[in-house]
Amino acid sequence: MTERILVEGEASGRLLVLEEPLSFWGGFDPTTGSIVDRRHPQAGVSLAGVVLAMPFGRGSSSGSSGIVESARLGTGPVGFVLREPDEIVAVGAIVVGELYGRSMPVVVADEQTYGALRTGQVATITPSGEVRVEVDGRHTS
Amino acid sequence: MELRLTREDQASLSGTRGEANRLAMRIVVGVAAAMGADHLIDISGAHIDSCLHHGRSGLDFVERLTDGGGRVAVPTTLNVSSLDLLHPDLYRGDEEFGREARELMQRYEDLGCRPTWTCAPYQLPDRPAFGDHVAWAESNAIVFANSVLGARTHRWGDFMDISAAITGRVPAAGLHLDAARRGEVLLRVERVTDRLLGLDVLYPVLGHLVGKRAGSRVPVVEGLPPRVSEDRLKALGAAAAASGAVGLVHVVGSTPEAPTTEAALGDRPPAETIVVGPAALTAARDDLSTGSGVELGAVSVGTPHYSVAEIGRVVELIAGRRVAAGVGFYLSTGRHILTEARLRGWEGALTDAGVTIVTDTCTYVTPVMDEVRGVAMTDSAKWAYYAPGNLGLDVVFGSVEDCVESAIEGRVVRDESMWAGD
Repeated sequence: MTERILVEGEASGRLLVLEEPLSFWGGFDPTTGSIVDRRHPQAGVSLAGVVLAMPFGRGSSSGSSGIVESARLGTGPVGFVLREPDEIVAVGAIVVGELYGRSMPVVVADEQTYGALRTGQVATITPSGEVRVEVDGRHTS
Repeated sequence: MELRLTREDQASLSGTRGEANRLAMRIVVGVAAAMGADHLIDISGAHIDSCLHHGRSGLDFVERLTDGGGRVAVPTTLNVSSLDLLHPDLYRGDEEFGREARELMQRYEDLGCRPTWTCAPYQLPDRPAFGDHVAWAESNAIVFANSVLGARTHRWGDFMDISAAITGRVPAAGLHLDAARRGEVLLRVERVTDRLLGLDVLYPVLGHLVGKRAGSRVPVVEGLPPRVSEDRLKALGAAAAASGAVGLVHVVGSTPEAPTTEAALGDRPPAETIVVGPAALTAARDDLSTGSGVELGAVSVGTPHYSVAEIGRVVELIAGRRVAAGVGFYLSTGRHILTEARLRGWEGALTDAGVTIVTDTCTYVTPVMDEVRGVAMTDSAKWAYYAPGNLGLDVVFGSVEDCVESAIEGRVVRDESMWAGD
């Protein structure tokens, strides 16, 4: 189903569902692509190449820089599925497009779609804002 | 919702005002669309966080603005950067990174921003008034502007801050609008001793708890004494903005949009009411420490940048004694506050005692601290929150009194007496 588009684009990758919101500054190291917030339940997990699902961002206003620097280095998420609009994430994705000509879609999913997302699935965000998830080789929305 | 742009907005977007203006307006409009705003509004000032160096991408961006003839349209201050320009010898980082950081700072000055280099722009003499719309970045500054000054800024961040400053415009959305400023969750402080209510250390601890429980909702805090000081509100807000996505905290009886609980809630019942008693506060205080050893390597205070009064308190507590050998004691503040401290004779008193004064930056955003053997102590919930991840060390949270006594004794000593259970 089509979700609300914050930033348009297309991306595909392994889905990572965050158990808690993450700050992209202070909680994430763009040089390694890992979660460094020791209080985060997924500390140490790599975000490289993933479609990242998280309810909303958290804390620091430097978060957009963490997203853009990780995109430059290829260490970060390729797209975002959120539950609530998040401007810090949206700005990061817009600037990635402006600076590096790369699309980084950000969509807000409804509870049902979001709730069905599972870490390890392969997800595609389409230009029309659809989140397609591959289950056993089949696409569902 | 359709975004309506003025003729001036359209002119910026079409590039007739230069490439920098065009890029900045594309970002403002992109964010407005993402937020569902139907128009843009004028701002009277901006505070920029983008001047802190995170890697080459920040330079790639600002070069587009300076090369494109960019110039801020409103009075604009700069947040901390990665270098202490007044004490350059403190920098222990990579040389190339340092060069890039310096270039980044220069380019933001070239755009017309004032080189204030502080995370506490509300401690500068000219600050926004009640009701002013501004574009502030830096989470603690945002929460202070909205909560304590009653100015209006959404939780703007890097890239968007300078884009707003150049265009003079922000989306009419989020915390700029009445609807998003109403309290949603009520935190009721109960059964806390008068002694603890009268201590500075309560406020960052309470803020940490408020941020954790509020998440992205607007919290209302009830049950504190009236007219809580700005320094205490600063500590509360900074902590809440670190542990939660909080851009506005109403403190009943202290902040201008919260004369009463009902007013802060916009005359609606709260979505949730949370009772905060002594046990919850003790748990929040314990949650701020990652280490438990007594071996002390460093003390860092001044996050957010210390005010004149907060520096005075440290001078008073040190009382002519000296920091123990092997303990680094770092005090961060803004260069304008340091000037004030110097006029009072405090700079010499601090450095004679073995305190390292840090300006223009912060000890957890750039390598300025010597190698830390043992835990690091702080009186800042925000520092306690971020330093373990950023610096890879263990932290023990304490009051400023605990921090000074520990530094002088050379081991962690904390007064536990105010943290008794329920």
